[in-house]
Amino acid sequence: MLKTQVLIIGGGATGTGLARDLALRGVRCIVAEQGDINSGASGANHGLLHSGGRYVFKDPDVAAECRAEAELLKQMAPQCIEATDGLFIAVEGDDEKYAADFPGYCSACGIPVKAVDPREARELEPALSSKIIAAYMVRDATIDPFMLSLQNIFQASQHGTTLLRHHKITGFHKSNRHITSVGLVNLVSGEKIIVEADQVVNAAGAWAGEIAALAGAHIKMAYSKGTLLVTHSRVTSRVINRLRKPDDGDILVPGGTVSILGTTSERIDSLDQIFPTVREADRVVTEGAAMIPELETMRYIRAFAGVRPLISSGENNSDRNASRGHILLDHLIDGLENFATISGGKLTTYRYMAEKTADLVSNRMGITRPCLTRTDPLPAAVPCSWTEPGIAPRRWMKKHTPEDLLLCECEMVPTSAVDNVIASLRDQNGNVDLTSVALRTRVGKGSCQGAFCGFRVAAHMYNTGQLKADNGINDLKKFFRERWKGLRPVLWDGQLIQTELTEALHCGFLGLEIKQENQSDIH
Amino acid sequence: MTSIDPDDLASDLTIIGTGMAGIAAAVFAVNRKIKTLLIGNTGTSGFASGMFDLLGVYPLKTGQIRIDPWAGIDALVRENPKHPYARIKPRSLSAAIDELLAYLKHAGLDYCTTGKLNSAVITPAGTTRLSYAIPASMKNGVKALHEKKACLLVDFHGMKEYSALQIVSVLQKRWPALKTTRVTFPGYENTSEVFTENMARAIEVPENRKALAMTIKPLLDNAESVGMPAIFGIYNTRHIIRELEKAIGVPLFEIPTMPPSVPGLRLMETIKSDLPARGIKTFFQNRVTSVKQTTDGSFLLTFRTPTGPREVKTKAVILATGRFLGKGLYADRHNIREALFDLPVVQPDTRDQWHQKDFLDPHGHRINTAGVEIDADFRPLNPSGQVVLPNLFAVGTILAHQDWMRMKCGSGLAIASAYAAVNAYLKKSGKSPF
Repeated sequence: MLKTQVLIIGGGATGTGLARDLALRGVRCIVAEQGDINSGASGANHGLLHSGGRYVFKDPDVAAECRAEAELLKQMAPQCIEATDGLFIAVEGDDEKYAADFPGYCSACGIPVKAVDPREARELEPALSSKIIAAYMVRDATIDPFMLSLQNIFQASQHGTTLLRHHKITGFHKSNRHITSVGLVNLVSGEKIIVEADQVVNAAGAWAGEIAALAGAHIKMAYSKGTLLVTHSRVTSRVINRLRKPDDGDILVPGGTVSILGTTSERIDSLDQIFPTVREADRVVTEGAAMIPELETMRYIRAFAGVRPLISSGENNSDRNASRGHILLDHLIDGLENFATISGGKLTTYRYMAEKTADLVSNRMGITRPCLTRTDPLPAAVPCSWTEPGIAPRRWMKKHTPEDLLLCECEMVPTSAVDNVIASLRDQNGNVDLTSVALRTRVGKGSCQGAFCGFRVAAHMYNTGQLKADNGINDLKKFFRERWKGLRPVLWDGQLIQTELTEALHCGFLGLEIKQENQSDIH
Repeated sequence: MTSIDPDDLASDLTIIGTGMAGIAAAVFAVNRKIKTLLIGNTGTSGFASGMFDLLGVYPLKTGQIRIDPWAGIDALVRENPKHPYARIKPRSLSAAIDELLAYLKHAGLDYCTTGKLNSAVITPAGTTRLSYAIPASMKNGVKALHEKKACLLVDFHGMKEYSALQIVSVLQKRWPALKTTRVTFPGYENTSEVFTENMARAIEVPENRKALAMTIKPLLDNAESVGMPAIFGIYNTRHIIRELEKAIGVPLFEIPTMPPSVPGLRLMETIKSDLPARGIKTFFQNRVTSVKQTTDGSFLLTFRTPTGPREVKTKAVILATGRFLGKGLYADRHNIREALFDLPVVQPDTRDQWHQKDFLDPHGHRINTAGVEIDADFRPLNPSGQVVLPNLFAVGTILAHQDWMRMKCGSGLAIASAYAAVNAYLKKSGKSPF
């Protein structure tokens, strides 16, 4: 039995942001996450800190909210952000009136915008198509969502927050109009625990409907899957948006040494279907190539998919038109007085969503301390700094000792970074496996997709006693299966060759595909 | 184009590709005194494990482990008449392996088999794998794994892709008497990262061997054998093992390592230096970039050299260019093509069918059975089943209807098809096989 003031369900951007916000108000929290940090949509997006430009036509309120929050985050969490600026471009065949109206709509939302001559746009970004008919510069930026959430939960932990990774909610116990306790199961060990909390916040993203249902509340949710592709190298220095009604493959966002192209929008019925498909990858490539021709022949290192949690309004058929604003439900209508759900919204507005939720929860508990995330910068904690492409090498080159061997050569991840992350996982009383180390570093994210570094990190973890018996073999299998989901849609040319090598090593040579019971026939 | 007369290199047979299939074909051609040219770039041969697998798993569906590869091959060809193994008699496959092993022995490299059965070899992950003919340096490891007596696994500070502790930890339940120790390789006291190839070269020097033996001997305890990552030299392995065993006092064995591995390197180095001495012209760092047919039905090949492209005329070609990694096959977003002759490639209809949803799906991925179809003489066929060119043969992993990675039949496939193709060439050219 664990006791806490607030139980937060979900370890994405909102859940971890809320944990930090409440922790800074002196509130003790437990964050329960069924996977790991940013397992859902928080980790499966462009990493785009919106200027707001994308929403000016359809949702001016969201556009203005994005603008305000993006500018604030640039001050509060600069270590997670690259202020790249962004271009909105229209190409031949796109709606010219739509493009011409853009600056006016931006100004109406207070979003700074500057018209750029198409020729000048191509000088700024040589990869752009020669068929540009209009271009505008906005203050888009990029944000590393993993670093952001890891740093939020890191500071929250220092203020007494407990993180329970791999814990799934099994049920709620209620008395009168109160949730008295919540049942959880540790998905790794199978251990069952009970958490008693004064307040419970559902920040489960796409899983918010399922959680609410367990609590006896009803949320009508729709799931919109988005698929994105990661390029082998960085294509542009700025964010590139297609200036048209939002559609597939119309945003290209740089992130360190790579670029991310997306996204699709497709209704799915079940949350078991969150993986990118070959068809979606082809669609994104074809559409992206209209803005940037080299995207057609570029090497992609992987794809990934996330689910936009859309609180369904019922009548609108297009998910592109669904509001990207957030929804905060107090569940009084469901007869619950200490339960709240925060859902929808954008990564860009995660802090604002956390603040509003923390206000509601604090108010319910009679706590009057103000929100500090608006004024106190997010500390840049070292164990959370190994996620951004390109950062690890800079850090390593700066203070590297010869003994500190590189375990990942594509992304230059040194042994010390892996040890640092492992120590931090231990501090947060979590289990340590290859996948959780990979999530917190660039291990497995470079062009080899873990063919060499996965094995090296496992060997290192055996040498340091983190892995025992066949745990590491099972870890390697899990690691490659996880990588595979993203690889499968982009397997042609260079990445297919890479994958053939991975299979030759890990199946052909090491026999990882051979079932354990068959493996023991070999003696 | 350089001014060298193409006739300088004119050959009866050109083997394109220097992986397992290409070098096996070259060995068979040398033995049959065929005027041969071998061209390729090292490519995937750097990834050779140095072990010769015949068949380890069949059928894939049940993942059945095959201790007896011959029984497995028998079942395989009965149920999969299109598998390349179905084009060669087991007797010929056996003869091909014997011929290759005899050649290697003569060139100074010893291999061994366990009767007609597969041997179980420890991998650097701590898993075990089956192989048919293994480097003699691994033989004592097969015995040790089988008997599970007291055994010490040694590894070295600074190795990134090898952990003796991992191997021991994974195998502990099956083999409690397995122990481990980590030492510094003599002379590498101030080196942070060490590579097996460097250690293998260092160990060629007698003083270094002595120092290594002195380091290990006091750590033996009750160990009846000692296993190390594969580093027992590149050129004088036979002698190095004998000397080390004498100095340490117990049988030693090598455990294969992740590529580029010393046993693979040893194999390639041995053949690379031996073939030219036996009269074959070889080009090991040169990719053939294009091919033309001349009016008399011969081939005019263009290949890259450091001084520019070069042309060579040849009467017949054995294509041993491998799959995607070897660049024998090429895939764009829609199709798989054969890279040099644009030969027909049998393949699934769409890219969505190339790979399974699970990386470790026991059935294997369909793309891995795509490739070039051949007749009984290993000549590529067009979709209507006719021979594309009478003097073109295809061998090794480029062939369709096989999954060498999952069935563990890569070397067997390479050797069998090379043997069959060289003999078929001889027959067509009116010469007898011997």
